[in-house]
Amino acid sequence: MGIFDGKTTRRRVLKGGAALAGGALVAPTVFSRGAWAQNFRNDPGDSGSVTFGFNVPQTGPYAEEGADELRAYQLAVKHLNGEGDGGMLNTMKPLALKGNGVLGKKVEYVTGDTQTKSDAARASARRMIERDGVVMVTGGSSSGVAVAVQSLCQEMGIIYMNGLTHANDTTGKDRRRYGFRHFFNAHMSAAALGPVLKQEMGTDRRSYMLVADYNWGWSVEESMTKVTEDMGWETVQSVRTPLGAGDFSQYLTPVLDSGADVLFLIHYGKDMVDSLTQAVQFGMRDRQANGKNFEIVVPLYSELMAQGAGKAVSGIYGSSNWLWSLNNEGSQAFAKSFGQEYGFPPSQAAHTCYVQALLYANAVESVGTFYPVEVIKFLEGFEFDGMGNGPTLYRAEDHQCFKPVLVVKGAENPQTQFDLLELVQEVPTEQITYPHDLYPGDLGPYEV
Amino acid sequence: MASITEFNPSTPKKDLLIMAVFTAVVLTAPIWLAPIGASYPDLLQRFAIFGIFAIGFNILFGLTGYLSFGHAAFLGIGSYSAVWMFKLFSMNALLAMAFGIFVAALFALVIGFICLRRSGIYFAILTLAFAQMAYNMAYSVLTPITNGETALTLDVADPRIIDRAILGDAKEALPSPSLFGLELTGFTSFYFCAVMLILAFWVSLKIFRSPFGLKLLAMKSNQNRMQYTGYNTKPYLLVAFVISGMYAGLAGSLMAVTDPLAGAERMQWTASGEVVLMTILGGAGTLFGPLFGAAIIKYFENIFSALNKTQLTEVFGFLPDGMAEALASVSLLFVGEGWHLTLGIMFMLVVIFLPGGLMEGIYRLTARVKRKRESGGAVSGGAVQPSE
Repeated sequence: MGIFDGKTTRRRVLKGGAALAGGALVAPTVFSRGAWAQNFRNDPGDSGSVTFGFNVPQTGPYAEEGADELRAYQLAVKHLNGEGDGGMLNTMKPLALKGNGVLGKKVEYVTGDTQTKSDAARASARRMIERDGVVMVTGGSSSGVAVAVQSLCQEMGIIYMNGLTHANDTTGKDRRRYGFRHFFNAHMSAAALGPVLKQEMGTDRRSYMLVADYNWGWSVEESMTKVTEDMGWETVQSVRTPLGAGDFSQYLTPVLDSGADVLFLIHYGKDMVDSLTQAVQFGMRDRQANGKNFEIVVPLYSELMAQGAGKAVSGIYGSSNWLWSLNNEGSQAFAKSFGQEYGFPPSQAAHTCYVQALLYANAVESVGTFYPVEVIKFLEGFEFDGMGNGPTLYRAEDHQCFKPVLVVKGAENPQTQFDLLELVQEVPTEQITYPHDLYPGDLGPYEV
Repeated sequence: MASITEFNPSTPKKDLLIMAVFTAVVLTAPIWLAPIGASYPDLLQRFAIFGIFAIGFNILFGLTGYLSFGHAAFLGIGSYSAVWMFKLFSMNALLAMAFGIFVAALFALVIGFICLRRSGIYFAILTLAFAQMAYNMAYSVLTPITNGETALTLDVADPRIIDRAILGDAKEALPSPSLFGLELTGFTSFYFCAVMLILAFWVSLKIFRSPFGLKLLAMKSNQNRMQYTGYNTKPYLLVAFVISGMYAGLAGSLMAVTDPLAGAERMQWTASGEVVLMTILGGAGTLFGPLFGAAIIKYFENIFSALNKTQLTEVFGFLPDGMAEALASVSLLFVGEGWHLTLGIMFMLVVIFLPGGLMEGIYRLTARVKRKRESGGAVSGGAVQPSE
């Protein structure tokens, strides 16, 4: 090992000297950071390209979602650089992007694996920020990870565009000035699902909840319990299950004897596929309890999960941020270019990530600088349309997007493996809007 | 390979040289790691922290031969203790570290006392059981202390009694861990970890050279014989266990210092397995081996896992189009999501061909070079040997 031979060669001295000199050149700008406002971390400056960081789960229970998110990001980069058919750049309003990169700089990207672990996700995000010099980090398929990375990005002064994260905390208790979320949240899911469940299942129901044991599961549990109990349901029991448990039979067996007639599966990704498949194998769909049909509800639904669970999903209710089959311009443009690129339709995870990348790029193009404070101020209160969800508002107080929420149901007779979910109702924005201080939090400062 | 774990008498002068070279190498790491893309604070910190973790593990496994499969529990305990110190009392890194090491030592004392009643595979299983217990409790009943999967984080509204008493009320933003006013972020934080690594290495060197270390090695070769000569081996084993637990506690609290967040996944059995891999990969029972192992595994985890197809195609860009594409696709299996595969293959190769770890490889190489030189008649003195 050359490191330990202790020899000082001429070459080594030269190398060291060069590195020191490089350091000395960088140092003044490091120390004077903040001396004038436009000097900020990872400023692309005169470089001809700009780097985005895509931090998604490539391993672990949410790996499927992560893979789809990455596909969407790659597509977004193509469209931003003016390759392909442009996707939503053709439908987005208002639009500042010109299809020649961002502010004329070619968009490049680096990727990282969050492993669905806060530690690994932060390590990966720090690598992107410290080594690769990204101007923006985006991704995440778990609210635990999203909250952890979002607070890191706040400390680092890098904008974080949340991907798939559904917990109220992300834009509630743990909201951050540098973090933005396009995806809907647990409160909206509950507000949208409540009336539909009431209509389909009545007001006299006893529910049992299996809850993924982290901030997302907790907030769906809280929101669903509140909504269902307000309409007269009783919560028999709520059991927390570890993430990535694989086998849920030990949690499902007690449900049968609990006297409950509705089961809420607050699981996501592979966990939901496993628990739902097992619940169906236990014969829960054909059961009668308290003289009623036993029902299963999956508050956060996705196409990828439906594909994983197959026939088990038919007739099961849930809520969704977006469906590729929606009949509007933006959705069709995106589904078309995604389908052409990869040969199958995009999931809601892909959609939200694609939109987030475009929204950031558009904000930069609009304000004419990568300086994060200006970009944040632009995004706060930004209203846009043509991104697949109808008119949407980025609320300034908590950086949460407000747009209609979809209540969906597993199709009874799906034609293809991509039609597993059917739209029951598009719940209008007014019905799911809540005051920004319902989940109190503090955004923190603009300048860090 | 027994010869490299044998007790190796050394001279103080030689040890001093080793320490001097080691210090220089560690402190210049940001320069010589730059060409391989590893010179950024986060990864450098990880090298140092997991280096400390592996050095500590090696004191137990390398010297006594007791394979603990639950060392990550102490890492997690150190992290949680440090973050609680930050939250309740002060952002001072030294206080948090002292508390992290202390709590880890307490746990190590209790767990070690119980587990060391058995040896071999039973000891390994007992430690694994304790670690899994700690992990699952952090996830379930201890959620009020550990904040479950969301991980324990700092909050602007934390009490921080000492800091507030001295500095008055906190600012709007979250404070960073500091060393008497010096904020530990970026490279400052790496140098802090590096100094800790050097200290930790020095203590480990002293233990290796001490009569205590010799006794531990003697127990590894034959514990019965030690007992027949009149030694009560249990207290020595327990001390070794506690020391290595304290190293893990130090590593855990440093993780909290560099990034004030503590998650339960640090205590999972995979994390315990990782430190075993690091030690075996580098060479159990050697001074430098575990450090190499830690650096290699962390490098793979952070750099290899981040390579994607575009970057690979660029690397092979000098080849004709079709060939570059094909090569990129093949090598994609081994990087990105496939980094575990590369690590696995490497681990297999090392265990099969170099049972003494990478240090054995280095040892063999230097021995060969030496032989060649001797046969050539030119013996050059002064070259520093890695301390086998």
